Amino acid sequence: MSSHSESRFPIKHLIGYIASIVLTGAAAWIALGTELPMGWIVAGIMALAIIQAGIQLFMFMHITETDSGGIQLGNMIYAFGIAGIIVLGSIWVMSFGYHDHGTDGGGSETEEHGGDH
Amino acid sequence: MEAFLDFFFGEFLVTGQPLIYGAMVSIALGSITVIAVLTYFKAWGWLWREYITSVDHKKIGIMYIIAAIVMFVRGGIDAMMMRIQTSLPGMTFLDSQHYNEIFTTHGTIMIIFMAMPFLIGLMNFAVPLQIGARDVAFPFFNNLSFWSFAFGLALFNISFIIGGSPDAGWTNYAPMAGAELNPGPAINYYLLGLQLSGIGTLGTGINFIVTILKMRAPGITMMRLPIFTWSTLITALIIVFAFPILTVALALMTLDRIFGAKLFTLAGEGMPMMWANLFWLWGHPEVYIVILPAFGIFSEVISTFARKQLFGYKAMVYAMVIIALLSFLVWVHHFFTMGAGGGVNSFFSITTMLIAVPTGVKIFNWLGTMYRGRITFETPMLWALAFIPNFVIGGVTGVMLAMAAADYQYHNTYFLVAHFHYVLIAGTVFGCFSGLIFWYPKMFGHKLNEKLGKIFFWLFMIGFNVCFLPMYFLGFAGMPRRTYTIEPEWMPLSLTATAGAFMMAAGFAVFVYSIYYSFRYAERETQGDSWGVGRTLDWATATPIPFYNFATLPEFDSKDAYVGMKDKGETTYDKSKVEEIHMPSNSGLPFFMMLALFIASFGLVWEWFWMAIPGLIMFFIVMGIRSFDYNEGFHVSTKEIHEIEQAARGEDSK
Ligand code: HEM
Ligand SMILES: [Cu+2]
Repeated sequence: MSSHSESRFPIKHLIGYIASIVLTGAAAWIALGTELPMGWIVAGIMALAIIQAGIQLFMFMHITETDSGGIQLGNMIYAFGIAGIIVLGSIWVMSFGYHDHGTDGGGSETEEHGGDH
Repeated sequence: MEAFLDFFFGEFLVTGQPLIYGAMVSIALGSITVIAVLTYFKAWGWLWREYITSVDHKKIGIMYIIAAIVMFVRGGIDAMMMRIQTSLPGMTFLDSQHYNEIFTTHGTIMIIFMAMPFLIGLMNFAVPLQIGARDVAFPFFNNLSFWSFAFGLALFNISFIIGGSPDAGWTNYAPMAGAELNPGPAINYYLLGLQLSGIGTLGTGINFIVTILKMRAPGITMMRLPIFTWSTLITALIIVFAFPILTVALALMTLDRIFGAKLFTLAGEGMPMMWANLFWLWGHPEVYIVILPAFGIFSEVISTFARKQLFGYKAMVYAMVIIALLSFLVWVHHFFTMGAGGGVNSFFSITTMLIAVPTGVKIFNWLGTMYRGRITFETPMLWALAFIPNFVIGGVTGVMLAMAAADYQYHNTYFLVAHFHYVLIAGTVFGCFSGLIFWYPKMFGHKLNEKLGKIFFWLFMIGFNVCFLPMYFLGFAGMPRRTYTIEPEWMPLSLTATAGAFMMAAGFAVFVYSIYYSFRYAERETQGDSWGVGRTLDWATATPIPFYNFATLPEFDSKDAYVGMKDKGETTYDKSKVEEIHMPSNSGLPFFMMLALFIASFGLVWEWFWMAIPGLIMFFIVMGIRSFDYNEGFHVSTKEIHEIEQAARGEDSK
């Protein structure tokens, strides 16, 4: 706790804070206020999310300031790996057609939700 | 009034089952006895000061272990009832609903409230000692983790007298567990009981990662860590990455059941199998959470009683790291029969078989450690030795199950039941017994009686094989899992299994008796190195272990720290180096925080928001109080340290 000993004005925090608000607002605007196609919207807010995560890590979570940077980095790579496995793995495993309402499903090779929604 | 009574006796209390009335009476009698004994000996204050509010990792560890043993008894009684019901065709001991509830609570309790807390208890006790620390990194948080677990346990366990037990299996699959097919509070107990105790598990994971990375004594580098500590670190890592998945899955199903969402439902756009997917994304790492620490214990015990350094230390560490990675890549093997298609099933078949490789490496490390060792057969070692062949049977049948095509035959039969008990009992449970007996003298100041320990071992180990080996063949004969009546042709094997279960129960009774017997008659420990052959720092402390663990520590320059100390004649009490020690203070806040969450969760179980919301508010109030808590701990004076150490080590110790 006491590592925040710098008594200067917390300029980093302020920049981080404003940047987060701007990015969040931008994401909301892209999703709600534009007429872009779905694919673009998703790609756009994903990109903003990654920038946002970076800001959190560098401005607030001091990842560059500790002496155990290696551990932090390894940990984050591992975390992203696991998150990827969870999300992509689940999509892969669960798109086997069972939830294709209306057909009898169960093993057919169709894509999930057969395209109509 | 009448409506209230109708509710109270009709829905709130579980009525109409003679077995449950029996249980209620015994619970009532049990609680009255405990309260009476505590009051008679004026022990309430002592209990509060010395245990409930304690931030001492050793005491927290002991509380975990006691809770786990109690849960082993409860889960064991469930198991015996199931074995009685399935011993003969046409048994009417349990009806089908009751049988469903019992296998559900048995499975859930054994995994979540027995295996995990038992191991977490041993970690709590041993890990800080092994790395030369005075406590874990966050002692207050450690106490909080314990109470979150304990209140989760309480919530789950009261279900069988208040409201009815969950009955959808320990896997709690949707849509069976959804609100449409399973209205009422039962499944909510599962969801919220696990949610509450999961907070504690996650906390323990974080605590141990930080403890092991940051609190090691000078000279204890990562590659000199005792292997049990390594296994704890890897386990903690898996906990931190796997438990959030369970948290989310439980929360989503809670939304379904209590707030009318349609995530896992048949109606609407729900995906019932998504529950299975999320459950096993957590569930498979979970089985490694309960096996890796047991591996660590066996490594310690085998190298101690073979009087040799562990063979292939590095290979052991890498094997665990690889297991930790692979454990997130195999989950679909639990539902091959969902029919995700050939590509998916082949992939998960192969990853599953790959896990056998690092596990095999570890087996050879243990064998190599024993090779040319001077082995003695104390009871912890017996359990470790029995583990190897029994676990191999479980592992080999696991590889059989890993073949997706073959699994269509084995799936949901007794073959599977036999397999997972071979790994869970021969691995986890043997490991817990081994570790408990091993560290018992450091915990309680006396050993458990060796002779009773051997009777316990032989009864339990043989009973275990008599109970579960026939189940493989019952599986081949087509006996499905979770069935409450059996066909006549399964009777001979099924009856044999029941006989084995009774042998295990008898063995366990001997164990419980040996606790009492040893408390009365065992010789008290006078020196720290209880078995005379200790290798790690835990054995360098005095017995009883001073609450600050180590008065002083030498510089370490090799693995097996205590072996080096013995060679150089060093102790953890170097008179000339003693300095004041700073220790954390006890706190009652975690207890109240988790009590508040317990009340909130109980309210949610019954969908009583008038109760859930105040409970939650109370929780935040206690958190607020905590944030104004400026207690910085206290200092132990050098005088007191000298007194404690000299009392424990005998006057003229240097
Ligand atoms: C002590 C002796 C034990 C006996 C006699 C025993 C017996 C049984 C039986 C007969 C079943 C299958 C019920 C059925 O499918 O109809 C079962 C299920 C299960 N057991 Fe055990 N068991 C024992 C210990 C353990 C331990 C120590 C663990 C875990 C650490 C465990 C975990 C489970 C699990 C997870 C299930 C599956 C529950 C479900 O189907 O949802 N058991 N046990
Ligand atoms: Cu698995």
